[in-house]
Amino acid sequence: MKFQVEPAPHTFGSKPVPEIMRDVLIAMFPAILVYVWYFGFGIVINTVIAAAVALASEALILRLRGKNLSLYLGDYSAIVTAILLAFSLPPLTPWYVTAIATLFAVVFAKHLYGGLGFNLFNPAMAGYVLVLIAFPTAMADLWIAPRGMGDGLGLGQTLVAILAAAPPDAWDALSSATPLSRVQSDLSKAMTMSEISSEPMMSIGAWLWINLTVALGGLYLLFRGVIRWHIPVAVVFGIGLLATVFYFVDVDRYPSPIFHLTTGAAMLGAFFIATDPVSAATSTRGRLIYGFGIGALAYIIRTWGAYPDGIAFAVLLMNMTVPAIDYFTIPTAYGTRDD
Amino acid sequence: MDKRTAEEIPGQVDDELTPTKKPSGFYGGLRLPTDKHALAGQPLREAPLADEIVLPLSQHAGLPAIPSVRVGQAVLRGERIADPDGFISAAVHASTSGTVVAIEDRTVPHPSGLNAPCIVLRPDQEDRWCEPDPVIGAYHTEDPVRVRQRVRDAGIAGLGGAVFPTSTKLTARADVHMHTLILNGAECDPEISCDETLMHWRPNDIIAGARIILHVLQVNRCVIGIEEDKPQCEQALRTAVSEFDDDRFEVVRVPAIYPEGSERQLIQALSGHEVPSNGLPLDIGFVCVNVATAAAVKTAIIDGRALTERTVTVTGQGVREPANVVSRLGTPLSTLIEVCGGYKEDAERLVIGGAMMGFAVGHDNIPVVKACNSVLVMTAAESRPATDIRPCIRCGECARVCPSKLLPQQLYWYAGSHDHERLERFNIFDCIECGCCDYVCPSNIRLAQHFRYAKAEITVRDADRERAQLAKHRFENRDKRQTLDANERAEQLAEKKRQAAAALDIHKRRQVIDEVMERVKAKERASRNQDSTDTR
Repeated sequence: MKFQVEPAPHTFGSKPVPEIMRDVLIAMFPAILVYVWYFGFGIVINTVIAAAVALASEALILRLRGKNLSLYLGDYSAIVTAILLAFSLPPLTPWYVTAIATLFAVVFAKHLYGGLGFNLFNPAMAGYVLVLIAFPTAMADLWIAPRGMGDGLGLGQTLVAILAAAPPDAWDALSSATPLSRVQSDLSKAMTMSEISSEPMMSIGAWLWINLTVALGGLYLLFRGVIRWHIPVAVVFGIGLLATVFYFVDVDRYPSPIFHLTTGAAMLGAFFIATDPVSAATSTRGRLIYGFGIGALAYIIRTWGAYPDGIAFAVLLMNMTVPAIDYFTIPTAYGTRDD
Repeated sequence: MDKRTAEEIPGQVDDELTPTKKPSGFYGGLRLPTDKHALAGQPLREAPLADEIVLPLSQHAGLPAIPSVRVGQAVLRGERIADPDGFISAAVHASTSGTVVAIEDRTVPHPSGLNAPCIVLRPDQEDRWCEPDPVIGAYHTEDPVRVRQRVRDAGIAGLGGAVFPTSTKLTARADVHMHTLILNGAECDPEISCDETLMHWRPNDIIAGARIILHVLQVNRCVIGIEEDKPQCEQALRTAVSEFDDDRFEVVRVPAIYPEGSERQLIQALSGHEVPSNGLPLDIGFVCVNVATAAAVKTAIIDGRALTERTVTVTGQGVREPANVVSRLGTPLSTLIEVCGGYKEDAERLVIGGAMMGFAVGHDNIPVVKACNSVLVMTAAESRPATDIRPCIRCGECARVCPSKLLPQQLYWYAGSHDHERLERFNIFDCIECGCCDYVCPSNIRLAQHFRYAKAEITVRDADRERAQLAKHRFENRDKRQTLDANERAEQLAEKKRQAAAALDIHKRRQVIDEVMERVKAKERASRNQDSTDTR
């Protein structure tokens, strides 16, 4: 009898990459539902556009690179990038902005570096930052007022607005700044935090609930062993520490840590973006440093930078430091302590 | 571990080993699913005498043994047929009575699948033992060196799988204070239960053997490490210890985490101490011996019998009746499979050793050797697929489970680019090839295989470098010698001339010239006379 000769180990117990990516998609689902509840179907349409562009461009590049299409398309990583992008973009982002962001993420940030596993930068954040800089008005002004404040938009109107790349009629009555940009502009008008928080926008709680469901999804990922606690905890600690310090320095000029942790992309960043293993530091100690850096930088950009949110920039900046962090955080191997 | 301990010099680590402290465990590792314990409780089977017994000369770590029999010679079971070659080597004994029919290369159990020298016996089917060696019943009054020699004569090597010659391991070193013998009863592989069977059925032999080893080492402390999922074995060993009424023994339960059976991990789990990176347990005063090895020592000293058989776990989804089989060394694997009801239809992979570290072999005409603790027959469904290998996503799960606290994801990267300097900086030689990283890898990457390859590559490179260095040295020496020679010769010549010149003053020279001239003239005259004679 002849037997197959393969190297050890002969058994396996891992969660394959496609399953990891599927878990990420599942974890995003509740947050998307809450998002739709507050902001309408924009995110769904954006997701469809982003996913289509992501899969098409990934397939094209894989063909050009002569790679196994079904193996790599089947890892769902392109879809994850698409969903993270759609989640970051305003609900009424014109279709071509979404498409450009996705194309850049998949082709430039991912495949030009060698594809999954080789990218230095988080693809979704690279795509997002590109359009944030290239289309500043669309990215700042196309936020709808959440349910409970504005009238909201139907599926048809949303679709028209995205595909025609023009805001619907009577846009002024529908639109609203995000809490983060509101706070930023109001603070620059010398308003105090107590004045700002009495505004209706601040009391709706849309972003609070979105962040909470995102965090819930993150806990699911932790439970499933897809991510480990180090990065999320460090990001939350980074934002929380700085926010707490400055909050106590001047309650009127600095929003509370709770506000910081429950608006914008705080939880998305902590659980879904910073935890992208490919572009993150790799040792346990390295990941704590990396996460803390993202949290702290995000707070600094939010507070003193030109952009209302800073997660994307913080992630990209910390991506750049990963080789250095990895270099300085090699764990002490067994039996080498005295060396 | 606190700083104080780390700073102590090797061998002076405090002897206080967990009597009150709870075992501290070790870093990483895996809790692997297992159903082996049912197998351990079943009675042992015995492999029948095969038609041919093949005994490789290299069944142990170190140099192969040297045959001491000739072809055609009749041998008895237990008779020594090959002698150890040097300090790190072990003897080989006939595992049954019969005739030596060949000393030739045969397929041996090795990952390479290559052939190596073996002594081939044709059994006479009588299985007659040779005269047992004189029993050393009162070994504790005997010279430890003599007892150790008997262990060496019995051909015992570590039966846990590493097969390091036991007598070598039991040799004290002057610079180290040896304080603790560790009996390794961890047996962490999820399929292997041969040690468990032994602890279950023969606990007294294990303790008796350990007492002999304590005497050889002149050590007064033995800690038996046993995984928590073998409570019956733990009880059996405790009972045996109390029967011997020996207070030097301590049975310690450790968590069932693979690869606890690795001595480095077991020592850390039991004591909190780490064995130095390129050192041995002995460097910090520990000697670690497998329970089956201890039982073999007992057999050698108390019963006077050499090592001629071992227990092998035959298991896996691809074999009909999994069992622990007592088997003579040299018995082909096919005989073991027959004892266990044969293969199932979907048997696909034959593995010697466990599923984590064992190696697959292409066929079953391969002999059981001292290292062979398990034969695993796997089906396609349970064995790891050879396809669907994806790029590393740096998830770091491998680093989480690595008991050596390495970063396999980085090592993999550097192994791929043959970056030997970085591989060494990231301590690739501390990789124990346990396969934990492979097991959890979501991209199904053959990490351990990459590391084995990279290590071999570096070893070859180092050897090449050493050779090149040597050749360079030789060339330089030769060059120097030649230049020296040339100069020396020139100098000697000049010296000679000088001497000759100095010896001859002007008168002497003239005299010499005159003499020469005289000789020339005489010659001419002679030749002229000759000419005239000729013409006459």
